[in-house]
Amino acid sequence: MKRVYVNEEWCLGCHLCEYNCAWANSGVRFMTDALKGRKIFPRIHVEGDSKITFAVSCRHCEDPLCVKSCIAGAIRKEDGVVRINRDKCVGCLTCVLVCPYGALAPAEDGIMQKCELCLSNSFGEPACVKGCPNHAIVYEERGGAE
Amino acid sequence: MKRHVIIGNGTAAVGCIEGIRSVSAEDTITVISKEPHAVYSRPLISYYLEGKTDTERMRYRDADFYEKNAVDVRYGASAEHIDTEHGEIVLTDGSRIPYDDVCVAAGSSPFVPPMEGLETVEKRFGFMTLDDALSLEKVLTKESRVLIVGAGLIGLKCAEGIHGRVGSITVCDLADRVLSSILDSECAAIVQKHLEANGISFLLSDSVAKFDGNTATMKSGASVAFDVLVLAVGVRANIGLLKEIGGTVNRGIVVDTAMATSVPGVYAAGDCAEGYDASLGANRVLAILPNAYLQGRTAGVNMAGGETAFTNGIPMNSIGFFGLHIMSAGTYDGEMSEERGDGILKRFFVKDDRLTGYILIGETGRAGIYTALVRERTPLSEIDFEAAKKIAGSAVFSAEVRRKKFGGAV
Repeated sequence: MKRVYVNEEWCLGCHLCEYNCAWANSGVRFMTDALKGRKIFPRIHVEGDSKITFAVSCRHCEDPLCVKSCIAGAIRKEDGVVRINRDKCVGCLTCVLVCPYGALAPAEDGIMQKCELCLSNSFGEPACVKGCPNHAIVYEERGGAE
Repeated sequence: MKRHVIIGNGTAAVGCIEGIRSVSAEDTITVISKEPHAVYSRPLISYYLEGKTDTERMRYRDADFYEKNAVDVRYGASAEHIDTEHGEIVLTDGSRIPYDDVCVAAGSSPFVPPMEGLETVEKRFGFMTLDDALSLEKVLTKESRVLIVGAGLIGLKCAEGIHGRVGSITVCDLADRVLSSILDSECAAIVQKHLEANGISFLLSDSVAKFDGNTATMKSGASVAFDVLVLAVGVRANIGLLKEIGGTVNRGIVVDTAMATSVPGVYAAGDCAEGYDASLGANRVLAILPNAYLQGRTAGVNMAGGETAFTNGIPMNSIGFFGLHIMSAGTYDGEMSEERGDGILKRFFVKDDRLTGYILIGETGRAGIYTALVRERTPLSEIDFEAAKKIAGSAVFSAEVRRKKFGGAV
């Protein structure tokens, strides 16, 4: 299946992916209305040091530890996508404790949220990738099981 | 077609069911459930009392889980004996269930040390099950003075859960600090101070000498007046079923990495099992929910004829109280180094170029990167560990490692 992959040598560290993610998942029509003057809680984040930057989001692992570890049974994998039921999540952060990629962070309300590839919002495909000016993240098929 | 029986209906049982079904759609599965409930998220009982969830959302799996997985659940049933000679599980009502293999996922039971006058306490509760939480809820009032015996994970989560609906909470423990199973003294002091700032009182290095109705006289001589008593001293693995048939038991039912016990055809998983701890390099009871699922799943796959091993289990905890998050993993063996910040303490334990464990207070973002270092026994000389201690992130790995992590299917 298609996933978001990183080309770190092309990443500018501009954080646009974070803004596009927060906008896409806000449900608000215009970007300024959704983001201006607000602290954003995106589901992708740019990491790095003085030499390199790169964007990290859920890998939708073949064998997701978060799914197996969630104490509320709130995370599951459906059609290759690791999804969270925010209604069941109590914000214990066990998924943060186990994710080896550091891909998960809570939303503003302390309840977890995660990258679901924008498949359920109005964008229909990852907004982070669509808005990346330099193809430092791409959405494509690179093999592997579902 | 094989006949599988699972003794227990908690998280390990779910792992076992899903493990079996990942291999075989035809095998039969019977679950023996002492509790009259479909599987629910046990650690959520404190969140239930806090009003952060409800019994519907506490379902660990969908309402049609057993039906979809063709599982025959015997609610209210209890296994008394594993008859290995005839290949049958004998229930307490005398009925028998034939099996080809069985997974003991019987969990643990609260340990209540003998305390003088305990029977004179009218309102006393454990804090393990949903029914415990529901009965406790019934007696709590805004005026209740609650005494909790045990300052471990269960006792303190109970304190947080009931905090908003009672008058006062006192927690006592024989140990000299809170969360003594996962925190050292300095870390425990930070957490205790935070809990005290939220109105919880402590009596540490102290225990109840005698109960007399609504009064507890402590060994120290202190006297505590209370209305409601919660006993959260500790738990013991339910090992009886294996012990009585000569299976190898220690603190838990001893299992190999396939989750097989010493008795042919009998597996064990979850809080009742004593499996391999990769951070210790030896077996021990890892009574945490992720481990229960992973062990159960391993048992299930192997029972159904697949082949898998669970080799990288470690102790780990993510726990929060009144907005302060704490995470810990591993064994705390080796040389300690730390990072401090405003309201932040991070301690790392290193031995032989490996991270054996860590404690994080106040800053827990991306902690899974540390957990993976412990679990996978990553040589620290291969990463920039000094940078990693300051901030958890993937920049500390080589570009090649990152390419694998973020450039391929994982």
